[in-house]
Amino acid sequence: MSTLSLPQTSYIRDNSRTFTDWLKSWLLTVDHKRIAILYLLAINFFFLLGGLAATLVRVELITPQGDLMSSDVYNRAFTLHGVIMVFFFLIPSIPAVLGNFLVPLMIGARDLAFPRLNLLSWYLYMIGGIFALIAAVFGGVDTGWTFYTPFSSTYSNSNVVMTITGAFIMGFSSILTGLNFIVTIHKMRAPGLTWFRLPLFIWANYATSIIQILATPVLGIALLLVVVERLWGVGIYDPALGGDPLLFQHLFWFYSHPAVYIMILPAMGVISELISTFSRKRIFGYEFIAFSSIAIAILGFLVWGHHMFVSSQSVYAGLVFSFITMLVAIPSAIKVFNWTATLYKGSISYRTPMLYALGFIGLFVIGGLTGIFLGVTAVDLHVTDTYFVVAHFHYVMVGGTIMAYLGGIHFWWPKMTGRMYNETWGGIAALIIFVGFNMTFFPQFILGYLGMPRRYHVYPPEFQILHVMSTAGASILAIGFIVPLIYLGISLRKGAIAGDNPWGATGLEWKTSSPPPTFNFDKTPIVTEEAYAYPPEAAERDAAAWRPGSPL
Amino acid sequence: MRDFPLFPDQASTFATQVDQLYFFLVALSLIFAGVLPFVILYLIVRYHRSQKVDRSNPVDSNLKLELTWTLIPLALVMVVFFWGAFLYVQMRTPPARTLDVYVIGKQWMWHVQHPNGKRENNELHVPVGQPVRLIMTSQDVIHSFYVPAFRVKQDVLPGRYTIMWFEATKPGEYHLFCAEYCGTEHSLMIGRVVALPLADYERWLATPGPVVLPDGTIDTGQPVVAPTIGDPMAAAGARLFTSLGCAGCHAMAGGGVGPSLQGLYGSNSVMSDGSTVLADENYIRESILNPTARVVSGYAAVMPSYQGQITEDQLNQLIAYIKSLADTGN
Repeated sequence: MSTLSLPQTSYIRDNSRTFTDWLKSWLLTVDHKRIAILYLLAINFFFLLGGLAATLVRVELITPQGDLMSSDVYNRAFTLHGVIMVFFFLIPSIPAVLGNFLVPLMIGARDLAFPRLNLLSWYLYMIGGIFALIAAVFGGVDTGWTFYTPFSSTYSNSNVVMTITGAFIMGFSSILTGLNFIVTIHKMRAPGLTWFRLPLFIWANYATSIIQILATPVLGIALLLVVVERLWGVGIYDPALGGDPLLFQHLFWFYSHPAVYIMILPAMGVISELISTFSRKRIFGYEFIAFSSIAIAILGFLVWGHHMFVSSQSVYAGLVFSFITMLVAIPSAIKVFNWTATLYKGSISYRTPMLYALGFIGLFVIGGLTGIFLGVTAVDLHVTDTYFVVAHFHYVMVGGTIMAYLGGIHFWWPKMTGRMYNETWGGIAALIIFVGFNMTFFPQFILGYLGMPRRYHVYPPEFQILHVMSTAGASILAIGFIVPLIYLGISLRKGAIAGDNPWGATGLEWKTSSPPPTFNFDKTPIVTEEAYAYPPEAAERDAAAWRPGSPL
Repeated sequence: MRDFPLFPDQASTFATQVDQLYFFLVALSLIFAGVLPFVILYLIVRYHRSQKVDRSNPVDSNLKLELTWTLIPLALVMVVFFWGAFLYVQMRTPPARTLDVYVIGKQWMWHVQHPNGKRENNELHVPVGQPVRLIMTSQDVIHSFYVPAFRVKQDVLPGRYTIMWFEATKPGEYHLFCAEYCGTEHSLMIGRVVALPLADYERWLATPGPVVLPDGTIDTGQPVVAPTIGDPMAAAGARLFTSLGCAGCHAMAGGGVGPSLQGLYGSNSVMSDGSTVLADENYIRESILNPTARVVSGYAAVMPSYQGQITEDQLNQLIAYIKSLADTGN
């Protein structure tokens, strides 16, 4: 193929004449940008489904009695919520949508290293999702997303095997995406784009990919062994068959703790991009942010036992895991301080992505600090398996990952679609989500310290007021999630044409057209400067250009 | 709806200690989470693009600053780590003399048996001011014994014993929850812990009640608990020891096919592979259910397994009996 024949149209357009051709052009595409859009649609569908299950749970909990649904239905609702949100939304969200779209663009490549493998990842994700959906439709599963043995392997009378198969297949999608990113980042950077010129979003996705490749197989094996025990009665986890119930927890958390970092590291990458752009400044402490991502990825592998302080693991093991958990807090704190320092002497604008970034910092700080409470062994004995844990991981996973996901979607929306969304509605929705989120989950910290256990269908009446507050907050949060769907949808037809670089941002992705052409760049870009290469006077100039009536 | 608590009862020796650490963490968090948002708020208002302020000479790195905000948080988390670690070791190390109570968890109830043979379901009566040690196991899936007012929680596993201890400080009734999700009626696997002054507790313990069995039925065939005669759990264990034929090999005087069990509990035994094992509840349990796993040095691995032949309840009684053989003098 000669360079002259490269199409100059955007990746969204094609010249298919019939609907079938058009459908084929999407479902058989190997373009990373189109695959990102496929992920975007699928992942948002699963997010809404998981949200629906959460709604059932929160509505049931308005009263202390189990009056809306039976305990079996309730158990299936919270399990569906957990399985869908963790495996089919949070883990793939930022890497598969934003990462897929942006990694090649940010490093000046035509595509990922293995475009067909990338498409396979999406199909594996979809097949896994379909298994999980079938399991849910034909009776559901009641093990909780953690599948603890021997309950899941022997006692549960629900579609455990089907659901596990879904998660197992989806795991391969995750591994292949990680593999693709690592090879791409190593081998396909544009000339001049050295490691320390990479955007921090790339560093974050690189660290995430390492975790995806190294940890996901362990989950796959752990889950496969549950199926083996369930179907053939091979004693692996059930002591009645000669197995060890704790073995599952060790294997499960060896993946599922690092999985939290699969969710939060790419989110941190997004936040670094947003803060820098909307402060018109180079990011503060680039190396420290980059290496803190790697530090989190490494230390994250050594803390799984902090989920098991009351599981009967030895006191000595508890102390070691607690100690390393304390160390993980440090790189996270470093990032927060560096983001804050970036604001100093910047020229800050309150555009929607920036609001999400600031919201992220607020929620992540609370999520991170309460993580220290849980990492301290003596306090964890009291609050583990209560609503304190529920509140904590929602602050990190929802408050962190979803805020960054939405912030990133808004920030790169003009690049992905070529159009601007409505800024007023964007700001309003970001505010609603921030308020609704805190109203939903802050009361749960108090509930947890009071001793309210998680996964309770009925509960003592003295906890009701806090539960009602939480459900009220969840209703606000739900509205906050629906509003963006509407105005983003409208923007596809009515939004203002964005232009190549509506934010005046640095980064290679802004140097090509919006939406980018199929092969991203007309000719391979040559990089001569660092990431976030805003000149020292950029902030001053930006502020000087501000007039009443300019965007805030 | 009338009562609206914001803080749990403090009813054990651990409660105040855990709460002090908790409040220290809350205070640290407030310093951090209370100040940082205002710093951010100040920066985003002062340096908003509409503000005409000095933006010259922006900085994008500062090693001293990085070290400051690395080392100070590191020092602080080390303080809370060590504080928590000392308390944790204490919470996990029962004192030498405790009141032992046997707990069996099953879907979806708690069964408790006291050393004198008294049984109760979904309730646990304990004396105030005396350390209580729970020896817990599950008949099916993993459960978790959780008493929020005592700030203690311990998972209860099938196939092994887990240990938890506490000392109640305030008479009253407290929530008992199952904290590990265990299936359909998980949220109904609840009960109460009743802490009584010692005299009331002893009166309660001596009151003969119906003999509830772990399956929830009331046993009328057994003789009613007679609290005046020593130690019925151990006595029941002694009867089992004879009826199962254990005494045939494990002669008390020694010299049998198996080792004597006199003074076994709490002692260190040398195994045939040369390792040393502390004979605790879990080792005794393993030796009954899976005898060949760890055989005492000098003996042949000939004991048959009792897996599936005795219930968790009977196992508890056997262990109580074997433990009583170690109680020399007292």
